[in-house]
Amino acid sequence: MSATAVTLTAQPRPSVGARLMRFVNQYLAFVYLFAAFAYLMLPVAVIALFSFNDPIGKSNLAWRGFTVKYWLDPFGVPGLGDAVVTSLQIAFASTIIATTLGTLISLALVRYRFRGRGPIDAIIFLPMATPEIVMGASLLTLFVAIAHPPFFPLNGLTILIAHIMFNISFVVVTVRARLAGLDRNLEEAAMDLGANEWVTFWRVTFPLIVPGIVAAALLAFSLSIDDFVVTNFTAGRTVTFPMYIWGSARIGVPVQVNVIGTMIFLIGIGFVFLSVVFGRRRQGA
Amino acid sequence: MGVLIKRYRGAVPYLLLAPGILWLIVFYAYPALQILIASFWSGTLETGFTFSLSNWTTYTDALDRYQGQLLRSILYAGSASILTFLIAYPLAYTIAFRGGRYKNLLLFMIVAPFFTSFLLRTISWKIILGDTGILLGPLKDFGLLGEDFRVLATPVAVISGITYNFLPFMTLPIYVSIEKIDRRLVEAAQDLYAGPWRPGGTIAGLLIGGGLAGVLAYAFGWDHIGMIAAGAIAGTVIGTLFVSQSFLRVTLPLSLPGVFAGSLLVMIPAMGDYVNASLLGNPSTNMIGNVIQSRFLTNNDYPTASALSFMLMAMILVAVAIYGRILGTENLTSTRGL
Repeated sequence: MSATAVTLTAQPRPSVGARLMRFVNQYLAFVYLFAAFAYLMLPVAVIALFSFNDPIGKSNLAWRGFTVKYWLDPFGVPGLGDAVVTSLQIAFASTIIATTLGTLISLALVRYRFRGRGPIDAIIFLPMATPEIVMGASLLTLFVAIAHPPFFPLNGLTILIAHIMFNISFVVVTVRARLAGLDRNLEEAAMDLGANEWVTFWRVTFPLIVPGIVAAALLAFSLSIDDFVVTNFTAGRTVTFPMYIWGSARIGVPVQVNVIGTMIFLIGIGFVFLSVVFGRRRQGA
Repeated sequence: MGVLIKRYRGAVPYLLLAPGILWLIVFYAYPALQILIASFWSGTLETGFTFSLSNWTTYTDALDRYQGQLLRSILYAGSASILTFLIAYPLAYTIAFRGGRYKNLLLFMIVAPFFTSFLLRTISWKIILGDTGILLGPLKDFGLLGEDFRVLATPVAVISGITYNFLPFMTLPIYVSIEKIDRRLVEAAQDLYAGPWRPGGTIAGLLIGGGLAGVLAYAFGWDHIGMIAAGAIAGTVIGTLFVSQSFLRVTLPLSLPGVFAGSLLVMIPAMGDYVNASLLGNPSTNMIGNVIQSRFLTNNDYPTASALSFMLMAMILVAVAIYGRILGTENLTSTRGL
């Protein structure tokens, strides 16, 4: 034992170059992480900062002084409140419908054997690999070809149809991951103890996949409320929050938009934080 | 209910699938066919559209008129993929190998900016890159840049916007593939005398750095010689200092599926993007997405817009099909649902 200790201390000190390399290796990683996250968060910080700006005229692109007046009156420009409400309505409706349809699909995919799996996998995968502009444009041509209410002229319903469509695949992927990781023995145990399939589903399977369903719903909601491209093609005269931003971008985005954007960011972060805290508590219990 | 389920057991999966899959058939698959039909239309919204195969000339006309924008889309999307790769790879590597117990927090910080609106983030870059903004303003005050130097309304701004907006699509798949690597393989390689890779790393860094910089210089329309020299120097430094044999022979090959998945996930939305080009560029930086958007929504020129969209979709489907054949679609879906 002592012999090895002696030989270790007797080793020559590493050269300056080697020590420099070790130092660089140790700290460069953290410097890089810091720089990368600064880059990622910079635009968010600018959005939040400019929600306190007091611009002259309509353009909110240069710093003119600090004010909190837009935070006290976040819906003080005409149309903005309506746009936010429309976005929320569409996001809620599309989340509920897409989460239901997507969860049913993932149950079938994970729990049952059936013919035609290949094409079904393809039609679930492809919407995620299609550029939004193509999805929006093809739906537009469908609605134009029908050229009849309720699909044409375009309206809130056509936006909702589109949002449900692109959300289904994301829900399937998220819920399926949770279902696939589930221990089948739990369900079999319930059946052995006399529960039928219906009871087993509601008392065993469903409670276990709730976290997956909640995660899928949050993902669907955030995709829907922030969607611009598909909405742009299916909205007609309906104005959602992103459509409002797009419409005002040319003349100047009102400061209130930054206020609401910052609020949405904080609410989103808050939700994630809560889900982590509750997840921890659950695991601990 | 239980009795019913038992009697029609074979039908259960189809009943579960039916509503969602029907939705996707009617509102995803059929519209894809409809856009192909619409590309053979002639007429206007007022008079109605008529279908005729003889309208195939729409395709050749559209290609003729908009080949500039099409090529620009490929060039910008390709450049953005290279840039996202250069930023994302070290980021994913550091989180996977050095993240420790903070891995999840660090991953969350990568997607956190996505809780703000995509459009607002892009407009935010307009403020940051503005002619007298927080980036260029101080540099101009110190005389490091000329007064007429600008980034906004140039290809640089558009490519920067795309790079920023799609960075997580590159980072997450690379992270997943690096995270999966068995660390003992790297240690085994080091035990088997895998050391620094010299002079190979130096030469490879020189060539790859110079080459990538050349491509970017071409896309940005910047001074080629200066860019290539800068890229070659940066590549040489990185190649000499950081590329070891164990990285080259173990980590890099095992993480390539993530790199390919990430490239595809960046290329797909970037090819069809028009938001960055509209908000950060000028008419001479218009991409194919801008043409499709204005043909559809401003000019009501449905046939031309449909033909362009269909070509874009066909190009991407071919790329996805080739990718799926070689590597499977697992990498693409697993990270998009993350």
